[in-house]
Amino acid sequence: MVAPVVLVIGVIIGYPLVRGAHLSLTDANEANVERHIGVNHLPATYEFTGLANYRAVLSDPVFWDRLGWTVVWTVGCVSLTFLIALTLANMLNRKLRGRTFYRLALILPWAVPAFISVFTWRMLYNEKSGILNKLLAGGGIDAVPWLNDPTWAKLSVIAVNVWLGVPFMLVALLGGLQSIPGELYEAAEMDGANAWQRFRNITMPGLRAVSSTVILLSTIWTFNMFPVIFLLTRGGPGDATEILVTYAYRLSFVDSPRNFSQSAAWGVLILVLLSFVAVIYRRALRKQGEVW
Amino acid sequence: MRTHRNKRGPLASAGLHTALLVATAVAVFPPLWLLVTSFKPRNDAFSTSLVTHFTVANYTHVLADTTFLTWFGNSVIIVGVTTVLGVFIAATTGYAVSRFRFPGMRPLMWLLLITQMFPVAVLIVPLYNLLASLNLLNQPAGLVVTYLTIAVPFCAWMMKGFFDTIPVEIDESGRVDGLNPFGTFWRLVLPLARPGLAVTGFYTFVTAWAEVAYASAFMTGEENLTLAGGLQTFVNQYTNDWGSMTAAAVIIAVPAALVFAFAQRHLVSGLTAGTTKG
Repeated sequence: MVAPVVLVIGVIIGYPLVRGAHLSLTDANEANVERHIGVNHLPATYEFTGLANYRAVLSDPVFWDRLGWTVVWTVGCVSLTFLIALTLANMLNRKLRGRTFYRLALILPWAVPAFISVFTWRMLYNEKSGILNKLLAGGGIDAVPWLNDPTWAKLSVIAVNVWLGVPFMLVALLGGLQSIPGELYEAAEMDGANAWQRFRNITMPGLRAVSSTVILLSTIWTFNMFPVIFLLTRGGPGDATEILVTYAYRLSFVDSPRNFSQSAAWGVLILVLLSFVAVIYRRALRKQGEVW
Repeated sequence: MRTHRNKRGPLASAGLHTALLVATAVAVFPPLWLLVTSFKPRNDAFSTSLVTHFTVANYTHVLADTTFLTWFGNSVIIVGVTTVLGVFIAATTGYAVSRFRFPGMRPLMWLLLITQMFPVAVLIVPLYNLLASLNLLNQPAGLVVTYLTIAVPFCAWMMKGFFDTIPVEIDESGRVDGLNPFGTFWRLVLPLARPGLAVTGFYTFVTAWAEVAYASAFMTGEENLTLAGGLQTFVNQYTNDWGSMTAAAVIIAVPAALVFAFAQRHLVSGLTAGTTKG
Protein backbone atom coordinates (compact mmCIF):
# COMPACT_ATOMS: atom_id res chain seq x y z
CA MET A 1 0.00 0.00 0.00
CA VAL A 2 2.95 2.30 0.54
CA ALA A 3 4.55 1.60 -2.79
CA PRO A 4 2.15 3.58 -5.00
CA VAL A 5 2.38 6.54 -2.68
CA VAL A 6 6.15 6.56 -2.61
CA LEU A 7 6.05 6.25 -6.37
CA VAL A 8 3.63 9.13 -6.77
CA ILE A 9 5.60 11.37 -4.45
CA GLY A 10 8.79 10.35 -6.20
CA VAL A 11 7.44 11.21 -9.62
CA ILE A 12 5.55 14.40 -8.89
CA ILE A 13 8.05 15.87 -6.47
CA GLY A 14 11.30 14.03 -6.92
CA TYR A 15 11.51 14.43 -10.65
CA PRO A 16 10.88 18.18 -10.80
CA LEU A 17 13.24 18.65 -7.88
CA VAL A 18 16.07 16.77 -9.55
CA ARG A 19 15.36 18.55 -12.83
CA GLY A 20 15.34 21.88 -11.02
CA ALA A 21 18.67 21.18 -9.40
CA HIS A 22 20.02 20.10 -12.77
CA LEU A 23 18.71 23.23 -14.51
CA SER A 24 20.43 25.38 -11.92
CA LEU A 25 23.74 23.98 -13.12
CA THR A 26 23.13 24.95 -16.75
CA ASP A 27 22.67 28.13 -18.74
CA ALA A 28 19.07 27.32 -19.74
CA ASN A 29 16.89 30.22 -20.74
CA GLU A 30 13.94 30.91 -22.97
CA ALA A 31 16.05 30.84 -26.10
CA ASN A 32 17.79 27.51 -25.71
CA VAL A 33 15.35 25.09 -24.06
CA GLU A 34 13.43 22.49 -26.02
CA ARG A 35 10.61 24.18 -27.90
CA HIS A 36 7.83 23.51 -30.34
CA ILE A 37 7.15 26.28 -32.80
CA GLY A 38 4.27 25.20 -34.92
CA VAL A 39 5.25 21.78 -36.23
CA ASN A 40 8.97 22.42 -35.84
CA HIS A 41 10.67 20.84 -32.92
CA LEU A 42 13.77 22.62 -31.65
CA PRO A 43 15.94 20.50 -29.38
CA ALA A 44 17.48 21.94 -26.24
CA THR A 45 20.85 23.58 -26.76
CA TYR A 46 21.70 24.75 -23.25
CA GLU A 47 24.93 23.63 -21.71
CA PHE A 48 26.19 22.48 -18.37
CA THR A 49 27.92 25.36 -16.64
CA GLY A 50 28.63 23.96 -13.19
CA LEU A 51 28.31 26.38 -10.32
CA ALA A 52 28.39 29.53 -12.46
CA ASN A 53 24.79 30.44 -11.59
CA TYR A 54 25.42 30.09 -7.89
CA ARG A 55 28.53 32.19 -8.12
CA ALA A 56 26.59 34.85 -9.99
CA VAL A 57 23.68 34.85 -7.55
CA LEU A 58 25.77 34.85 -4.39
CA SER A 59 28.00 37.68 -5.57
CA ASP A 60 24.97 39.74 -6.54
CA PRO A 61 23.97 42.27 -3.86
CA VAL A 62 20.35 41.85 -5.01
CA PHE A 63 20.32 38.37 -3.50
CA TRP A 64 21.54 39.57 -0.12
CA ASP A 65 19.08 42.48 -0.20
CA ARG A 66 16.18 40.15 -0.91
CA LEU A 67 17.39 37.67 1.69
CA GLY A 68 17.51 40.39 4.34
CA TRP A 69 13.98 41.51 3.63
CA THR A 70 12.74 37.91 3.41
CA VAL A 71 14.10 37.24 6.89
CA VAL A 72 12.50 40.41 8.29
CA TRP A 73 9.25 39.51 6.57
CA THR A 74 9.25 35.94 7.88
CA VAL A 75 10.23 36.74 11.46
CA GLY A 76 7.87 39.74 11.56
CA CYS A 77 4.90 37.82 10.18
CA VAL A 78 5.37 34.66 12.21
CA SER A 79 5.99 36.36 15.54
CA LEU A 80 3.09 38.80 15.15
CA THR A 81 0.77 36.05 13.97
CA PHE A 82 1.75 33.81 16.86
CA LEU A 83 1.38 36.53 19.50
CA ILE A 84 -2.02 37.64 18.24
CA ALA A 85 -3.28 34.07 17.83
CA LEU A 86 -2.04 33.10 21.29
CA THR A 87 -3.75 36.09 22.90
CA LEU A 88 -7.02 35.45 21.11
CA ALA A 89 -6.91 31.70 21.78
CA ASN A 90 -6.48 32.35 25.49
CA MET A 91 -9.38 34.79 25.43
CA LEU A 92 -11.59 32.27 23.67
CA ASN A 93 -10.63 29.35 25.89
CA ARG A 94 -12.83 30.35 28.79
CA LYS A 95 -16.47 30.59 29.61
CA LEU A 96 -17.66 33.56 27.67
CA ARG A 97 -20.93 34.80 26.27
CA GLY A 98 -20.91 34.67 22.48
CA ARG A 99 -17.90 32.38 22.30
CA THR A 100 -19.10 30.51 19.21
CA PHE A 101 -19.81 33.80 17.47
CA TYR A 102 -16.35 35.16 18.21
CA ARG A 103 -14.67 31.93 17.18
CA LEU A 104 -16.50 31.80 13.85
CA ALA A 105 -15.92 35.49 13.14
CA LEU A 106 -12.23 35.27 13.95
CA ILE A 107 -11.60 32.35 11.62
CA LEU A 108 -13.62 33.92 8.82
CA PRO A 109 -10.51 35.15 6.94
CA TRP A 110 -9.63 31.49 6.50
CA ALA A 111 -12.87 30.75 4.70
CA VAL A 112 -12.17 33.29 2.00
CA PRO A 113 -9.64 32.18 -0.63
CA ALA A 114 -6.40 34.04 -0.03
CA PHE A 115 -6.24 35.67 -3.43
CA ILE A 116 -9.72 37.13 -2.94
CA SER A 117 -8.65 38.58 0.39
CA VAL A 118 -5.52 40.00 -1.14
CA PHE A 119 -7.50 41.71 -3.90
CA THR A 120 -9.88 43.06 -1.29
CA TRP A 121 -6.97 44.50 0.68
CA ARG A 122 -5.65 46.06 -2.47
CA MET A 123 -8.97 47.84 -2.77
CA LEU A 124 -8.88 48.96 0.88
CA TYR A 125 -5.30 50.16 0.50
CA ASN A 126 -5.98 52.18 -2.66
CA GLU A 127 -4.15 55.45 -2.13
CA LYS A 128 -6.59 57.89 -3.72
CA SER A 129 -9.90 56.32 -2.98
CA GLY A 130 -9.43 53.31 -0.68
CA ILE A 131 -11.50 53.25 2.45
CA LEU A 132 -8.49 53.27 4.80
CA ASN A 133 -7.36 56.64 3.52
CA LYS A 134 -10.91 57.96 3.45
CA LEU A 135 -11.26 57.06 7.11
CA LEU A 136 -7.94 58.73 7.89
CA ALA A 137 -9.06 61.81 5.97
CA GLY A 138 -12.18 61.85 8.14
CA GLY A 139 -9.85 62.09 11.13
CA GLY A 140 -7.89 64.86 9.42
CA ILE A 141 -4.86 62.68 8.67
CA ASP A 142 -3.09 62.82 5.33
CA ALA A 143 -3.43 59.96 2.88
CA VAL A 144 -0.94 57.16 3.44
CA PRO A 145 0.74 55.72 0.33
CA TRP A 146 0.05 52.18 1.56
CA LEU A 147 1.49 50.35 -1.42
CA ASN A 148 3.50 53.05 -3.15
CA ASP A 149 6.11 53.88 -0.56
CA PRO A 150 8.74 51.21 0.19
CA THR A 151 8.38 51.34 3.97
CA TRP A 152 4.58 51.53 4.01
CA ALA A 153 4.39 48.78 1.40
CA LYS A 154 6.47 46.51 3.62
CA LEU A 155 4.24 47.19 6.61
CA SER A 156 1.16 46.70 4.45
CA VAL A 157 2.15 43.29 3.11
CA ILE A 158 3.07 42.11 6.61
CA ALA A 159 -0.29 43.30 7.94
CA VAL A 160 -2.16 41.38 5.26
CA ASN A 161 -0.17 38.22 5.80
CA VAL A 162 -0.73 38.35 9.55
CA TRP A 163 -4.43 38.90 8.93
CA LEU A 164 -4.43 35.81 6.71
CA GLY A 165 -2.34 33.68 9.06
CA VAL A 166 -4.01 34.24 12.42
CA PRO A 167 -7.02 31.92 11.88
CA PHE A 168 -4.91 28.80 11.25
CA MET A 169 -2.75 29.41 14.32
CA LEU A 170 -5.76 30.37 16.40
CA VAL A 171 -7.51 27.10 15.61
CA ALA A 172 -4.39 25.03 16.23
CA LEU A 173 -3.61 26.77 19.53
CA LEU A 174 -7.23 26.55 20.65
CA GLY A 175 -7.04 22.81 20.07
CA GLY A 176 -3.86 22.71 22.11
CA LEU A 177 -5.40 24.70 24.95
CA GLN A 178 -8.41 22.43 25.08
CA SER A 179 -6.19 19.41 25.50
CA ILE A 180 -4.67 20.81 28.71
CA PRO A 181 -6.55 19.25 31.63
CA GLY A 182 -8.50 21.79 33.70
CA GLU A 183 -7.46 20.08 36.95
CA LEU A 184 -3.95 21.41 36.46
CA TYR A 185 -5.23 24.97 36.66
CA GLU A 186 -7.39 24.19 39.68
CA ALA A 187 -4.49 22.60 41.51
CA ALA A 188 -2.25 25.55 40.67
CA GLU A 189 -4.86 27.92 41.96
CA MET A 190 -5.11 25.98 45.22
CA ASP A 191 -1.39 26.49 45.55
CA GLY A 192 -1.89 30.22 45.11
CA ALA A 193 -0.44 30.67 41.63
CA ASN A 194 -1.55 33.90 39.97
CA ALA A 195 -2.76 34.18 36.39
CA TRP A 196 0.67 34.92 34.93
CA GLN A 197 2.28 32.02 36.80
CA ARG A 198 -0.43 29.67 35.58
CA PHE A 199 0.12 30.88 32.03
CA ARG A 200 3.91 30.47 32.29
CA ASN A 201 3.95 27.14 34.02
CA ILE A 202 0.91 25.33 32.69
CA THR A 203 -0.32 26.92 29.48
CA MET A 204 3.00 27.45 27.73
CA PRO A 205 4.44 23.97 28.42
CA GLY A 206 1.08 22.43 27.52
CA LEU A 207 1.13 24.22 24.19
CA ARG A 208 4.72 23.43 23.33
CA ALA A 209 4.07 20.53 20.99
CA VAL A 210 1.41 22.36 19.02
CA SER A 211 3.19 25.67 18.93
CA SER A 212 6.53 24.25 17.88
CA THR A 213 4.89 22.56 14.91
CA VAL A 214 2.77 25.52 13.82
CA ILE A 215 5.68 27.91 14.18
CA LEU A 216 7.86 25.73 11.97
CA LEU A 217 5.12 25.28 9.38
CA SER A 218 4.21 28.91 9.37
CA THR A 219 7.85 29.92 9.04
CA ILE A 220 8.18 27.71 5.98
CA TRP A 221 4.91 28.94 4.48
CA THR A 222 5.68 32.59 5.11
CA PHE A 223 9.19 32.29 3.70
CA ASN A 224 7.63 30.96 0.49
CA MET A 225 4.47 33.07 0.61
CA PHE A 226 3.97 33.83 -3.03
CA PRO A 227 0.41 35.12 -3.50
CA VAL A 228 0.37 37.90 -0.91
CA ILE A 229 3.36 39.70 -2.33
CA PHE A 230 2.78 38.87 -5.96
CA LEU A 231 -0.83 40.00 -5.99
CA LEU A 232 -0.59 42.92 -3.58
CA THR A 233 2.47 44.75 -4.86
CA ARG A 234 4.01 42.57 -7.59
CA GLY A 235 7.14 42.99 -5.48
CA GLY A 236 7.07 46.75 -5.82
CA PRO A 237 7.46 49.62 -5.46
CA GLY A 238 10.74 48.97 -7.24
CA ASP A 239 11.66 45.66 -5.67
CA ALA A 240 11.01 46.80 -2.08
CA THR A 241 8.68 43.96 -1.13
CA GLU A 242 10.14 41.28 -3.39
CA ILE A 243 10.97 38.16 -1.34
CA LEU A 244 13.23 35.39 -2.62
CA VAL A 245 10.39 33.31 -4.03
CA THR A 246 8.69 36.09 -5.94
CA TYR A 247 12.06 37.21 -7.27
CA ALA A 248 12.85 33.72 -8.54
CA TYR A 249 9.42 33.57 -10.13
CA ARG A 250 10.01 36.90 -11.77
CA LEU A 251 13.24 35.61 -13.32
CA SER A 252 11.54 32.74 -15.10
CA PHE A 253 7.99 33.96 -15.77
CA VAL A 254 7.87 37.76 -15.74
CA ASP A 255 11.17 39.12 -17.01
CA SER A 256 12.14 38.65 -20.59
CA PRO A 257 14.11 36.71 -21.72
CA ARG A 258 13.08 34.09 -19.21
CA ASN A 259 16.09 32.94 -17.26
CA PHE A 260 15.24 29.40 -16.18
CA SER A 261 18.63 28.38 -14.88
CA GLN A 262 19.17 31.33 -12.61
CA SER A 263 15.64 31.08 -11.31
CA ALA A 264 16.31 27.42 -10.48
CA ALA A 265 19.52 28.40 -8.69
CA TRP A 266 17.54 30.86 -6.53
CA GLY A 267 15.06 28.08 -5.85
CA VAL A 268 17.72 25.63 -4.74
CA LEU A 269 19.25 28.27 -2.48
CA ILE A 270 15.83 28.89 -0.90
CA LEU A 271 15.46 25.18 -0.28
CA VAL A 272 18.91 24.94 1.28
CA LEU A 273 18.18 27.91 3.55
CA LEU A 274 14.89 26.41 4.70
CA SER A 275 16.33 22.97 5.35
CA PHE A 276 18.98 24.69 7.41
CA VAL A 277 16.34 26.49 9.45
CA ALA A 278 14.39 23.27 9.95
CA VAL A 279 17.44 21.33 11.11
CA ILE A 280 18.50 24.01 13.58
CA TYR A 281 14.96 24.36 14.84
CA ARG A 282 14.63 20.64 15.35
CA ARG A 283 17.91 20.48 17.19
CA ALA A 284 16.81 23.31 19.47
CA LEU A 285 13.59 21.46 20.21
CA ARG A 286 15.42 18.27 20.95
CA LYS A 287 17.58 20.07 23.47
CA GLN A 288 14.40 21.06 25.28
CA GLY A 289 13.38 17.41 25.39
CA GLU A 290 10.91 17.38 22.51
CA VAL A 291 10.33 13.95 21.04
CA TRP A 292 10.44 14.49 17.33
CA MET B 1 -21.63 25.50 38.53
CA ARG B 2 -19.13 28.27 38.24
CA THR B 3 -15.63 27.38 39.22
CA HIS B 4 -13.46 29.89 40.93
CA ARG B 5 -11.28 30.77 37.99
CA ASN B 6 -14.20 31.80 35.85
CA LYS B 7 -15.16 34.58 38.17
CA ARG B 8 -14.35 37.84 36.50
CA GLY B 9 -14.97 41.38 37.55
CA PRO B 10 -17.30 43.38 35.33
CA LEU B 11 -14.35 45.51 34.25
CA ALA B 12 -12.30 42.51 33.13
CA SER B 13 -15.33 41.16 31.35
CA ALA B 14 -15.86 44.40 29.49
CA GLY B 15 -12.18 44.50 28.54
CA LEU B 16 -12.31 40.95 27.23
CA HIS B 17 -15.37 41.64 25.12
CA THR B 18 -13.94 44.91 23.82
CA ALA B 19 -10.73 43.22 22.73
CA LEU B 20 -12.60 40.38 21.06
CA LEU B 21 -14.98 42.77 19.33
CA VAL B 22 -12.09 44.80 17.95
CA ALA B 23 -10.39 41.63 16.70
CA THR B 24 -13.67 40.45 15.19
CA ALA B 25 -14.14 43.76 13.41
CA VAL B 26 -10.65 43.54 11.92
CA ALA B 27 -11.22 39.95 10.84
CA VAL B 28 -14.65 40.50 9.36
CA PHE B 29 -14.35 43.95 7.81
CA PRO B 30 -12.49 43.17 4.55
CA PRO B 31 -14.78 40.35 3.40
CA LEU B 32 -17.80 42.35 4.49
CA TRP B 33 -16.65 45.42 2.63
CA LEU B 34 -16.10 43.31 -0.45
CA LEU B 35 -19.68 42.12 -0.23
CA VAL B 36 -21.00 45.66 0.26
CA THR B 37 -18.97 47.03 -2.64
CA SER B 38 -20.17 44.35 -5.01
CA PHE B 39 -23.72 45.68 -4.71
CA LYS B 40 -22.79 49.26 -5.52
CA PRO B 41 -23.02 50.79 -8.95
CA ARG B 42 -19.69 50.71 -10.74
CA ASN B 43 -18.96 54.42 -10.22
CA ASP B 44 -19.58 54.23 -6.49
CA ALA B 45 -17.09 51.41 -5.91
CA PHE B 46 -14.94 53.58 -3.71
CA SER B 47 -17.57 55.56 -1.85
CA THR B 48 -17.36 55.15 1.90
CA SER B 49 -21.10 54.95 2.37
CA LEU B 50 -22.96 51.69 2.59
CA VAL B 51 -25.02 50.82 -0.45
CA THR B 52 -27.04 53.84 -1.53
CA HIS B 53 -28.16 52.52 -4.91
CA PHE B 54 -28.47 48.79 -4.52
CA THR B 55 -27.74 46.99 -7.76
CA VAL B 56 -26.89 43.54 -9.01
CA ALA B 57 -25.50 44.98 -12.25
CA ASN B 58 -21.97 43.87 -11.36
CA TYR B 59 -23.13 40.29 -11.00
CA THR B 60 -25.12 40.21 -14.19
CA HIS B 61 -22.22 41.83 -16.05
CA VAL B 62 -19.72 39.28 -14.74
CA LEU B 63 -21.97 36.31 -15.43
CA ALA B 64 -23.29 37.40 -18.81
CA ASP B 65 -20.58 39.46 -20.49
CA THR B 66 -17.29 37.91 -19.39
CA THR B 67 -15.71 34.48 -19.52
CA PHE B 68 -16.16 34.18 -15.77
CA LEU B 69 -18.40 31.11 -15.98
CA THR B 70 -15.79 29.31 -18.09
CA TRP B 71 -13.12 30.05 -15.47
CA PHE B 72 -15.50 28.90 -12.78
CA GLY B 73 -16.09 25.65 -14.62
CA ASN B 74 -12.36 25.11 -15.11
CA SER B 75 -11.73 25.67 -11.42
CA VAL B 76 -14.56 23.38 -10.34
CA ILE B 77 -13.26 20.51 -12.48
CA ILE B 78 -9.63 20.96 -11.46
CA VAL B 79 -10.34 21.46 -7.77
CA GLY B 80 -12.93 18.67 -7.60
CA VAL B 81 -10.63 16.07 -9.12
CA THR B 82 -7.70 17.29 -7.01
CA THR B 83 -9.70 17.05 -3.80
CA VAL B 84 -11.00 13.53 -4.43
CA LEU B 85 -7.63 12.18 -5.55
CA GLY B 86 -5.73 14.12 -2.89
CA VAL B 87 -7.86 12.88 -0.01
CA PHE B 88 -7.60 9.31 -1.24
CA ILE B 89 -3.82 9.38 -1.65
CA ALA B 90 -3.30 11.23 1.62
CA ALA B 91 -5.51 8.77 3.51
CA THR B 92 -3.79 5.67 2.15
CA THR B 93 -0.35 7.16 2.77
CA GLY B 94 -1.26 8.28 6.26
CA TYR B 95 -2.65 4.86 7.07
CA ALA B 96 0.39 3.08 5.73
CA VAL B 97 2.75 5.27 7.71
CA SER B 98 0.64 4.94 10.83
CA ARG B 99 0.19 1.15 10.80
CA PHE B 100 3.07 -0.51 9.04
CA ARG B 101 6.64 -0.47 10.18
CA PHE B 102 8.82 -0.59 7.15
CA PRO B 103 12.35 0.44 6.35
CA GLY B 104 12.55 4.06 5.31
CA MET B 105 9.52 5.08 7.32
CA ARG B 106 11.14 7.85 9.30
CA PRO B 107 12.76 9.32 6.19
CA LEU B 108 9.35 9.18 4.51
CA MET B 109 7.81 11.19 7.36
CA TRP B 110 10.58 13.69 6.98
CA LEU B 111 10.13 13.77 3.26
CA LEU B 112 6.48 14.64 3.73
CA LEU B 113 7.40 17.52 6.00
CA ILE B 114 10.27 18.71 3.88
CA THR B 115 8.15 18.89 0.73
CA GLN B 116 6.45 21.78 2.51
CA MET B 117 9.68 23.66 2.00
CA PHE B 118 9.95 23.22 -1.72
CA PRO B 119 9.55 26.68 -3.03
CA VAL B 120 7.38 27.24 -6.04
CA ALA B 121 10.51 28.58 -7.69
CA VAL B 122 12.43 25.27 -7.72
CA LEU B 123 9.55 23.18 -8.95
CA ILE B 124 7.80 25.51 -11.30
CA VAL B 125 10.25 25.55 -14.19
CA PRO B 126 10.86 21.79 -14.29
CA LEU B 127 7.14 21.16 -13.90
CA TYR B 128 6.50 23.63 -16.69
CA ASN B 129 8.92 21.78 -18.94
CA LEU B 130 7.60 18.41 -17.84
CA LEU B 131 4.02 19.41 -18.54
CA ALA B 132 5.04 20.95 -21.84
CA SER B 133 6.70 17.74 -22.96
CA LEU B 134 3.62 15.75 -21.94
CA ASN B 135 1.36 18.26 -23.71
CA LEU B 136 -0.36 19.03 -20.44
CA LEU B 137 0.09 22.80 -20.46
CA ASN B 138 -3.28 24.51 -20.63
CA GLN B 139 -4.83 21.18 -19.65
CA PRO B 140 -6.77 20.73 -16.41
CA ALA B 141 -4.90 17.46 -15.78
CA GLY B 142 -1.62 19.36 -15.61
CA LEU B 143 -2.84 21.56 -12.78
CA VAL B 144 -4.39 18.60 -10.96
CA VAL B 145 -1.03 16.83 -10.88
CA THR B 146 0.65 20.02 -9.72
CA TYR B 147 -1.84 20.66 -6.93
CA LEU B 148 -1.47 17.11 -5.68
CA THR B 149 2.22 17.76 -5.12
CA ILE B 150 1.31 20.67 -2.86
CA ALA B 151 -1.57 19.19 -0.92
CA VAL B 152 -0.80 15.51 -0.50
CA PRO B 153 2.32 15.67 1.69
CA PHE B 154 0.82 17.88 4.38
CA CYS B 155 -2.48 16.00 4.29
CA ALA B 156 -0.77 12.62 4.60
CA TRP B 157 1.05 13.99 7.58
CA MET B 158 -2.19 15.09 9.22
CA MET B 159 -3.93 11.83 8.40
CA LYS B 160 -1.14 9.88 10.08
CA GLY B 161 -1.81 11.77 13.29
CA PHE B 162 -5.45 10.87 12.90
CA PHE B 163 -4.95 7.18 12.31
CA ASP B 164 -2.61 7.06 15.28
CA THR B 165 -5.57 7.95 17.51
CA ILE B 166 -7.61 5.00 16.24
CA PRO B 167 -6.83 1.85 18.25
CA VAL B 168 -4.98 -0.89 16.40
CA GLU B 169 -7.40 -3.44 17.93
CA ILE B 170 -9.97 -2.32 15.39
CA ASP B 171 -7.69 -3.38 12.56
CA GLU B 172 -7.01 -6.67 14.28
CA SER B 173 -10.68 -7.44 14.74
CA GLY B 174 -11.21 -6.72 11.07
CA ARG B 175 -8.45 -9.12 10.16
CA VAL B 176 -10.00 -11.77 12.41
CA ASP B 177 -13.30 -11.31 10.60
CA GLY B 178 -11.54 -12.12 7.36
CA LEU B 179 -11.08 -8.70 5.80
CA ASN B 180 -7.94 -8.04 3.78
CA PRO B 181 -5.78 -5.06 4.75
CA PHE B 182 -7.45 -2.76 2.25
CA GLY B 183 -10.90 -3.93 3.34
CA THR B 184 -10.03 -3.22 6.96
CA PHE B 185 -8.85 0.22 5.99
CA TRP B 186 -11.82 1.01 3.79
CA ARG B 187 -14.68 -0.46 5.83
CA LEU B 188 -13.53 -0.01 9.41
CA VAL B 189 -10.81 2.59 9.84
CA LEU B 190 -11.78 5.18 7.26
CA PRO B 191 -15.26 5.80 8.67
CA LEU B 192 -13.72 6.44 12.07
CA ALA B 193 -11.32 8.95 10.57
CA ARG B 194 -14.10 11.05 9.07
CA PRO B 195 -13.12 14.25 10.88
CA GLY B 196 -9.60 13.84 9.52
CA LEU B 197 -10.97 13.34 6.04
CA ALA B 198 -13.03 16.49 6.42
CA VAL B 199 -9.97 18.50 7.40
CA THR B 200 -7.86 16.98 4.63
CA GLY B 201 -10.56 17.59 2.06
CA PHE B 202 -10.98 21.16 3.23
CA TYR B 203 -7.26 21.84 3.11
CA THR B 204 -6.89 20.35 -0.36
CA PHE B 205 -9.92 22.22 -1.64
CA VAL B 206 -8.80 25.56 -0.27
CA THR B 207 -5.22 25.10 -1.48
CA ALA B 208 -6.30 24.30 -5.01
CA TRP B 209 -9.16 26.81 -5.14
CA ALA B 210 -6.84 29.63 -4.10
CA GLU B 211 -3.61 28.70 -5.88
CA VAL B 212 -2.13 31.50 -7.95
CA ALA B 213 1.46 30.91 -9.04
CA TYR B 214 1.09 27.66 -10.97
CA ALA B 215 -2.28 28.64 -12.34
CA SER B 216 -0.87 31.89 -13.72
CA ALA B 217 2.17 30.20 -15.21
CA PHE B 218 0.61 27.07 -16.72
CA MET B 219 -2.70 28.30 -18.03
CA THR B 220 -2.89 30.87 -20.79
CA GLY B 221 -5.62 31.96 -23.15
CA GLU B 222 -8.85 33.34 -21.77
CA GLU B 223 -10.87 30.10 -21.92
CA ASN B 224 -8.22 28.12 -20.06
CA LEU B 225 -7.78 30.35 -17.02
CA THR B 226 -8.87 29.34 -13.57
CA LEU B 227 -10.55 31.76 -11.21
CA ALA B 228 -7.28 32.97 -9.69
CA GLY B 229 -5.87 33.80 -13.09
CA GLY B 230 -9.11 35.21 -14.43
CA LEU B 231 -9.67 37.56 -11.55
CA GLN B 232 -6.32 39.18 -12.24
CA THR B 233 -7.58 40.27 -15.64
CA PHE B 234 -10.21 42.50 -14.03
CA VAL B 235 -7.72 44.49 -12.02
CA ASN B 236 -4.26 44.85 -13.46
CA GLN B 237 -1.91 47.57 -14.54
CA TYR B 238 -4.19 48.77 -17.32
CA THR B 239 -7.74 48.23 -16.19
CA ASN B 240 -9.37 48.74 -12.84
CA ASP B 241 -12.76 47.14 -13.07
CA TRP B 242 -13.41 46.97 -9.34
CA GLY B 243 -17.13 46.45 -9.86
CA SER B 244 -16.62 43.17 -11.75
CA MET B 245 -13.77 42.22 -9.47
CA THR B 246 -15.86 42.45 -6.32
CA ALA B 247 -18.83 40.61 -7.77
CA ALA B 248 -16.62 37.84 -9.14
CA ALA B 249 -14.74 37.64 -5.84
CA VAL B 250 -17.96 37.17 -3.90
CA ILE B 251 -19.08 34.38 -6.20
CA ILE B 252 -15.68 32.70 -5.84
CA ALA B 253 -15.73 33.02 -2.07
CA VAL B 254 -19.15 31.42 -1.63
CA PRO B 255 -18.21 27.79 -2.43
CA ALA B 256 -15.10 28.11 -0.29
CA ALA B 257 -17.14 29.47 2.59
CA LEU B 258 -19.65 26.60 2.23
CA VAL B 259 -16.90 23.97 2.31
CA PHE B 260 -15.43 25.78 5.26
CA ALA B 261 -18.73 25.87 7.13
CA PHE B 262 -19.04 22.14 6.59
CA ALA B 263 -15.50 21.36 7.77
CA GLN B 264 -15.00 23.90 10.55
CA ARG B 265 -16.51 21.71 13.30
CA HIS B 266 -13.73 19.22 12.64
CA LEU B 267 -10.91 21.69 12.21
CA VAL B 268 -9.86 21.93 15.83
CA SER B 269 -9.74 18.20 16.47
CA GLY B 270 -8.24 17.53 13.05
CA LEU B 271 -5.40 19.98 13.33
CA THR B 272 -4.67 19.00 16.90
CA ALA B 273 -4.35 15.36 15.98
CA GLY B 274 -2.19 16.25 13.03
CA THR B 275 0.14 18.66 14.75
CA THR B 276 0.68 17.10 18.14
CA LYS B 277 1.07 13.50 17.09
CA GLY B 278 2.98 14.15 13.90
